[in-house]
Amino acid sequence: MNLLALVGRVFLAFLTQVGQFTLFALVSLSHCLRPPFYLRLTARQMIEIGYYSLPVVGLTAIFTGMVLALQTSSGFSELAAESSVAMIVAWGMTRELGPVLAGLMVAGRIGAAMAAEIGTMKVTEQVDALYTLSTNPYKYLVVPRLIAGATMLPLLVLVADIIGIFGGYVLGTTKLGFSEHGYISATWRHLEFIGVVSGLTKAAVFGLVIALMGCYHGIHSRGGAQGVGKATTNAVVSASILILLLNYVLTEMFFA
Amino acid sequence: MTDKITLENVSKSFGRKTVLDGLSLSVEKGQSLVIIGGSGSGKSVTLKCILGLIHPDRGSIKVDGRETVGLSGRERARMLSRFGMLFQGAALFDSLPVWENVAFGLIEGQGIRRKEARDRAVDTLAQVGLGADVGDLFPSELSGGMQKRVGLARAIATRPEIIFFDEPTTGLDPIMADVINDLIVKCVKDLGATTLSITHDMSSASKIADRIAMLYQGRMIWEGPAKDVWNSGNDYVDQFVHGRADGPIRMALRA
Ligand SMILES: Nc1ncnc2c1ncn2[C@@H]1O[C@H](COP(=O)(O)OP(=O)(O)OP(=O)(O)O)[C@@H](O)[C@H]1O
Ligand SMILES: [Mg+2]
Repeated sequence: MNLLALVGRVFLAFLTQVGQFTLFALVSLSHCLRPPFYLRLTARQMIEIGYYSLPVVGLTAIFTGMVLALQTSSGFSELAAESSVAMIVAWGMTRELGPVLAGLMVAGRIGAAMAAEIGTMKVTEQVDALYTLSTNPYKYLVVPRLIAGATMLPLLVLVADIIGIFGGYVLGTTKLGFSEHGYISATWRHLEFIGVVSGLTKAAVFGLVIALMGCYHGIHSRGGAQGVGKATTNAVVSASILILLLNYVLTEMFFA
Repeated sequence: MTDKITLENVSKSFGRKTVLDGLSLSVEKGQSLVIIGGSGSGKSVTLKCILGLIHPDRGSIKVDGRETVGLSGRERARMLSRFGMLFQGAALFDSLPVWENVAFGLIEGQGIRRKEARDRAVDTLAQVGLGADVGDLFPSELSGGMQKRVGLARAIATRPEIIFFDEPTTGLDPIMADVINDLIVKCVKDLGATTLSITHDMSSASKIADRIAMLYQGRMIWEGPAKDVWNSGNDYVDQFVHGRADGPIRMALRA
């Protein structure tokens, strides 16, 4: 009896959260379309997300490209190796690993920072103060982050794709002894438009999800430092799970 | 009728805890009303209900005779542009320097150019006894009392018609507290502003108040001219203004 009540309560709480989040997302997105716009703040967020995430995303991408090449080469005969390694690296980076890994890294870096910053503003009444100064917190805090997230992540993923493929190239030509010309031309042969575009679309969606989760958990945090800590964790965990889930859904939509 | 703000039967509960329980209150235009009451009695919640930061469960709140409960976002923003609010914890934007905090309502709310807004911010800072050099510091670099004064400057910078002060003098030394009291009195006179203040400090209350109201268990149990507060004939008010531990008010030691 008690157990059923518990399950019921957890389920209801979950539904409440989903409803609350959906409402938050709709309101935020509708504010993206209506002025006033805070260009200065949007630019600052773009720099924060796009520029300062470059090192993390770049490092992740280069090692991923290298390890892809290394793993693939051991699975093929020497003859087929050059073309298949180039293909797997190009496909893997552009379609899956570029967007997913960049998404997860940025979720950790940016999602957490957004939740912490907005959460602190919430619990110290700065969000209330915005209201009293005739400024809508959705427009002032949320919209710039959503726009920056959705536009900067595709750029980051584009960079990650290039660096990842470069990683595969470096490993292939130095360690595996492939010819430089052969590897590059094999990469060009296997790079397809739809693969790159699907990856960049995923990136835009992931960027939006990261920013939405960061802002949502920030703005709904309560109860001092502990509440902000919890909001930060929740923002990162929920964004990461959603990224993996949506990655499947989007792959299905593009390729199935 | 010249009531600027009227609350009728406002109730608000958080979960099972009732904070406001049928509270009624009115402030006349150009008047300064001070709300006194024990810690946790719902004074800050009352202000936030009027501003629309907290939605009351029941009751009506009118500003200039217009109902404000349930206003839409844009109408609410228009209404709030006539308000100034000093938060109990100052609530300064810690990502912005002090001058931008003070100029925020001018720049974002009224669309004044940054340079001009900055000059006005420096003037307003001077009014609360802070030099222009403070303008370039960040809120985290200020003492608690200085933060309070910046919060005050931010509340009055847009020259609002209605100003709320949530404990304007707590955390200030007695001299600065008196300066702030004078400033509040002056604001009311110069701007013709209507003010609603919260304080625990009876000397501050008697200085700035035209009228005083006492909040207890979610309603106003006494209201009258400021000078009557010392012999109100109400045991609760008497106990509070004389700061006695014994009396009808039993402080809940366990929250
Ligand atoms: N957002 C909120 N959620 C839940 N409870 C709240 C919230 N805001 C206030 N309360 C509760 O309402 C009660 C009144 O709070 P309020 O801040 O109005 O007190 P106060 O009269 O201003 O006290 P003080 O003089 O200490 O500032 C408190 O018991 C507080 O716990
Ligand atoms: Mg209070």
